[in-house]
Amino acid sequence: MLRQIEGSEAVADAVALCRPNVISAYPITPQTHIVENLASLVAKGKLKAEFVNVESEFAAASVVLGASAAGARAYTATTSQGLLLMTEVLYCIAGMRLPIVLTCANRAISAPLNIWNDQQDSMSVRDAGWLQLYAEDNQEAADLHLQAFKIAEETFLPVMVCMDGFILTHAFEPVDVPDQKEVDGFLPAFKPRHIVDPRWPRGVGLYADPRFYMETRYILHRALEKSEETIAQTSADFARAFGRQSGGLYKTYKTKDADTVIVAMGSVVGSIKELIDRFEQEGRRVGLLQICSFRPFPRRAVYEELKDKPNIIVLEKAISLGRGGILASDVRWSFPRAEQARRYISSFVAGLGGRNISLDDLRYMVERAEKEPVEFEFLGLRKEIIGDKDL
Amino acid sequence: MSNDINKVEKKDLFASGHRACGGCGQALAARLVADAAGENTIACVATGCLEVFSSPYPDPSWRIPFLHSLFENSAAVASGVEAAYKALNKGPVNIIAQGGDGSTADIGFQCISGMLERGHNILYVCYDNEAYMNTGIQRSSFTPFAAKTTTTPLGNKTGKKNMPMIAADHGIPYIATAAVDDYRDLQRKIKTALAIEGPKYVHILAPCPLGWGHPGDLTIQLCRLAKETCLFPVYEIREGKVTNVRKIPIKKPVEEYLKLQGRFKHLFKKGAAAPEVARIQEIADENVRRFNL
Repeated sequence: MLRQIEGSEAVADAVALCRPNVISAYPITPQTHIVENLASLVAKGKLKAEFVNVESEFAAASVVLGASAAGARAYTATTSQGLLLMTEVLYCIAGMRLPIVLTCANRAISAPLNIWNDQQDSMSVRDAGWLQLYAEDNQEAADLHLQAFKIAEETFLPVMVCMDGFILTHAFEPVDVPDQKEVDGFLPAFKPRHIVDPRWPRGVGLYADPRFYMETRYILHRALEKSEETIAQTSADFARAFGRQSGGLYKTYKTKDADTVIVAMGSVVGSIKELIDRFEQEGRRVGLLQICSFRPFPRRAVYEELKDKPNIIVLEKAISLGRGGILASDVRWSFPRAEQARRYISSFVAGLGGRNISLDDLRYMVERAEKEPVEFEFLGLRKEIIGDKDL
Repeated sequence: MSNDINKVEKKDLFASGHRACGGCGQALAARLVADAAGENTIACVATGCLEVFSSPYPDPSWRIPFLHSLFENSAAVASGVEAAYKALNKGPVNIIAQGGDGSTADIGFQCISGMLERGHNILYVCYDNEAYMNTGIQRSSFTPFAAKTTTTPLGNKTGKKNMPMIAADHGIPYIATAAVDDYRDLQRKIKTALAIEGPKYVHILAPCPLGWGHPGDLTIQLCRLAKETCLFPVYEIREGKVTNVRKIPIKKPVEEYLKLQGRFKHLFKKGAAAPEVARIQEIADENVRRFNL
């Protein structure tokens, strides 16, 4: 049923439809509305789950780790500093193959303190062994949660659903939240494995010396690579069950016949599509490659989509300080070495700490990159603040 | 779990063949705790000596389910296990979170406070060997006054953080201290704790021959001396009231305890006791007054 609701409420409703057994979270802006809504659903008896109010995000991640290891379907949500505080546990959850789902309401990282949106938080933990799926709008954010539990529990890998803080979490949009019967038909009951239970005493979380450690990392890496199939299949299953395309590894928009293709993730693709439509009216062909699955990174698909494109622009809301674009690095790496040399891949970082990305900014970006390739540039930088100093 | 709480349980749920040092107080304590709790128990263990000597893949020593993830989160992980059992309508089961003094008093302090405050039905057991032994004998906030560690080479300048009292201020129903020399007392306290609904805290003195600098065969004797010198008071706290205090009719001078340990050796150089010994005696005397030993 289509309802005009806040993104956070849509996500909370979607999570509740997945019947999690244990929810644990610590409040942090802009994640709060998601967990408030879930707490309310539990309090009203509409969701039968244990809601554990903890003293930190570190504890929240540890609680869902314990719950999942004991056989529960477990969920948490956080953002920014909270995600960084969880980092140590995030690596553990992946290493222990616990299929936990986490919502990251993407927000900038301190210092300076900033509560507004960018994607530095989740992209900073990209190597933790979690799958990372980025939502374009609130419908997709809700849908991705239904898919996330299914993907996690099929692959025994944790899934992070990333949605832009405020831009999505606090925006009211019409969202189709399915009914319980539809979701139950799509998402089977959780069948855990390797759980702590006195009926089958076993050690969970043993340590591995140099004879065994590397193999566990190799197996985990291969599991992430292979999860590409599960992500694609789950998106296809979802389309069949619910009649709309959501999630998957990536999507394209008007890339056919386009010489210039913009690569991006998250809510900014809405603005990019708008710009592409305007360009089209002007008789110019520009396309979009929207990455939904950042981890695993669908390298082969990205290559196939971009191999014939003379001009590639990567736009992202995060930076590897001292290096440059993170997504841009992954896109460059998707090309075979011989092709990298004659490939123009321009890299732009934009929208850090909630800076608006306007259509004018995007138009400038395309025109600038079409003139000559751009190694790396901050888009929409306010030169009057930096001054004339040679930084 | 036996109905007779005074019966000494020997079930070997924490099996021999682990890699602890000879005379390790913590290995003994972990076995006593597991055997007292019985088979229907989940152990959530913090990173540290116990975890390292008992859980290398592929041969862990535990015959009960064992769950480990990090150094500072065993209490939070146990909270998750407990929440899962509630949500899935499983159990009843004994959930015991455990760790050394570092993971209890220092790095994991916040998670323990959270677990106690939220009222989970979990027993937290602290194995107190008074320093970070796993990483090579560094100071913790349970390291006693004047004890030498590798990060307090001149002797520790402060006293011991009083964790049982901090736990008590959370308003939890049961707290106890115990030492590994008295099997019966230790196991009775574990069984008593597990029979009570809600969060419980049991603090066990577990000497470390390597860190304390004593021969392995003195572990039991040092526990007795720690009690008899009144440096380690043994008591319970029920509903906020100190009770069941183990009386020490003949109180020994602290020197008898200190002199057996390498970590206090520097206090007895040049024939005479250093001024720190008098301060340690004051700490013992304060315990006598406070707990009416």
